[in-house]
Formats: sequence, C-alpha cells, structure tokens
Amino acid sequence: MNENYYLVLAAILFAIGVAGFLTRRNALLIFMSIELMLNAANLTLVTFADAVGDLTGQIMAFFVMVVAAAEVVVGLAIIITIARSLHTASIDASSWLRR
Amino acid sequence: MIGMAVNLTAVTFWICAPIMVVLGFGMVLARKVVHSALCLAGLMVALGVLYASLNAPFLFVAQLIVYTGSVMMLFLFTMMLIGVDTADELKETIKGQRAAAIVVVVALAGLLGFTVLHGIVGPSAGLAGVNNAAGGNAQAVAQLIFGRYAVAFEAASALVITAALAAMVLSHAERLTPKERQRERAERRVRQFASDALPVAPNPAPGVYARHNAATYPALLPDGTAAPGSVAPALEARGQAVVAEPALKLPAQSLHNRLAAQAAELDGRPRLMADLPDAAPALTAKTDASAEADQEVEK
Repeated sequence: MNENYYLVLAAILFAIGVAGFLTRRNALLIFMSIELMLNAANLTLVTFADAVGDLTGQIMAFFVMVVAAAEVVVGLAIIITIARSLHTASIDASSWLRR
Repeated sequence: MIGMAVNLTAVTFWICAPIMVVLGFGMVLARKVVHSALCLAGLMVALGVLYASLNAPFLFVAQLIVYTGSVMMLFLFTMMLIGVDTADELKETIKGQRAAAIVVVVALAGLLGFTVLHGIVGPSAGLAGVNNAAGGNAQAVAQLIFGRYAVAFEAASALVITAALAAMVLSHAERLTPKERQRERAERRVRQFASDALPVAPNPAPGVYARHNAATYPALLPDGTAAPGSVAPALEARGQAVVAEPALKLPAQSLHNRLAAQAAELDGRPRLMADLPDAAPALTAKTDASAEADQEVEK
C-alpha cells in the first residue's frame, strides 16, 4: 500500500497535538498534546525507516522515546510542585512572576 | 504472497488510522483530563500496532511499555495527586485565541498533509532484508544502538538518570514539623489526658461495638453515640459514612431503658416508661434521661 498515508496520518495527529497545545489551559493536557506531537514525529521516522530500508529511523524514534520519558518525568514533577502551592493545574494560575 | 502481506498492512492501517484520529480528537475535546489521558493511551496502543505493521516489532513493544505503560500511567498518577475531577475551565484568557488557534491548526494540517502526500516516491524498500541479515529486528536495532550509536545511548542513559534525580528533587517536600514517633505520641496522649481529659487509648477502629463491621460504620461509644474519629474523614466528607443513622443507637437505647426500669424498681418509686425514649430518634431526650438516671443513682 502507499506508505504516504502513514505520513498523512502523522501530519493529522501532529496537527491535533498542536490544537490541544494551543487551545487547552490545563498543564497536564498541554503536556499530553506534546506527547501526541512526539508520537506523530515517531510515526514519520518509522515510516521512513521502512520506506528507505534503513534502521536509522527506528533508532531515532527510540531515542525520541527515551528523551520523551525523561521530559515527562521532569515536567510532571514541575506540575506537581506548582499544583502543590497553587492547588490547580491551570497554566493561567502560574503568572505570579508578572505581578 | 507479497500481495497478501501488503493487503494485511493496508487492513491494519485502515483499522488503526480512523481509531487514532477519533481518539486524538477525543483527547483534545474531552472536558475531563482523565478522559483525555485514556484517549491518548488508546491512541498510543494503536500507534504501536502501526509500528508492528511497519516492520518495527522492537519499537512496538517499546511503545507499549514506555508510552502506554509508564508515561500515561505517570500522567494518571499525577492526576490523582492534583485531583482527578478538575475539569478544564473553558473561558478564553486571550480574546479570540481559540479561533485563531483553530485556523492555524487547519492551515498546518493542510500544509503538512499536502507536503507529505507525495513524500515517498516509488515502492518502499522494506526492512525485511536488513532485519533478516541480523537475525531479527531487535538484533538489528541492538547492533546499531550498541555499535554506531553507543555514545548517544550512554548519553541517553545519563539523561534518564539525571531526570530521575531531578524528579526526586523537584517533588520532594521538606517536613515542616518533626515526625511524631511512638514515644512522642505516647507522651502527647498522656499530656492531653492530663490537660483535656482526652482518652489515652488509641481511637476506636470503625465497627467497634457498631451494628456492622464495615469501614463506613462508626464505632459506638457506650451511650450509643458515634465515636468521633472512628470513620475516615474522606468517607464522612463524601457522605458515605453512616453517622446520623438513628438505628445505630437502638441497642444502646433499649439497654439504657431496661437499666432505667430496673433502677426505678430498686428506688421503689414508679417511673413512667413514657418519659424515656423508647426508639430511634431523639438523641437529646435520651441524653437528658441518662443524666437524670445518673442523678438518681447518685442519690
């Protein structure tokens, strides 16, 4: 089958991730949208690995996964720390540096 | 044989792709964060299936374990810490931001989609040859990771260890008060017994002397009232604890009535049983009566 469909699907998923990132105000949801964008990029990498016949794309997807896991750990720890002092996960709440 | 395999790949794709798009929209549009997280977890499982159909069984397993298994569960744990039912407020902070965002997203999707629509020219090379040369996909990936990309792999491991340390440091909360150990607790109880006449013994567990030994039933004091602190505060706050149930006090009240009747017999003075509460409600009446009975006994 035409492997370009995989790329189109990845583009759609990436756009959905951007939509969630731009429209939602909950820090957790914004984080999940970023995860969705990373996954879409991974799908592109794996698709190209299969299309070109080179495993480097899969290796890159693997490293994206590792970095995403580390990023999630630190990001969620930051969200927990903010939520502990502000009692909310809304990103609009953490604007106290401006005041 | 080739046509068969291609058809199976296509079937896998056309089953998974609509599911993934629907789940993606569900993630963005769901009001509750938990629903979003579940949608994303399902999407990641479907994505893993696509990896499997793209000759990447190692990444399929890694996707299931790393993303669905740990990243999404970490999200769920964080939700439990923050509060599961915090619905996202839907008011816009910046005026017109949502409409602008939707325009941008549609434009981006169109741009990306049309760009990649002919991104792969010609038939795909396929990974069967590369995988088979190494004896399998996992072996082929391992040869690359521990060979050409060994330094990057070590750097990634250092990154992960640093991230774990950072998470521990960031989410660590210093104790504001020293921890109360067994000795301090015993001393505090004795002190409170001396000052406030609080009981020295531990709080009664739920179900002690109660009508039922479920955790939602409070322990009963000898006069039939519910012992404070014997039911978890969360259950009380949710209204699940059986605190105001008058039926809880029935046995203690009937026992009290019988003892009062015997006291009246010993006094020699006839006492009207109608003065005493016979059945469920009227906790105040019962305590008055018991106080009266105590006075009678003292006399």
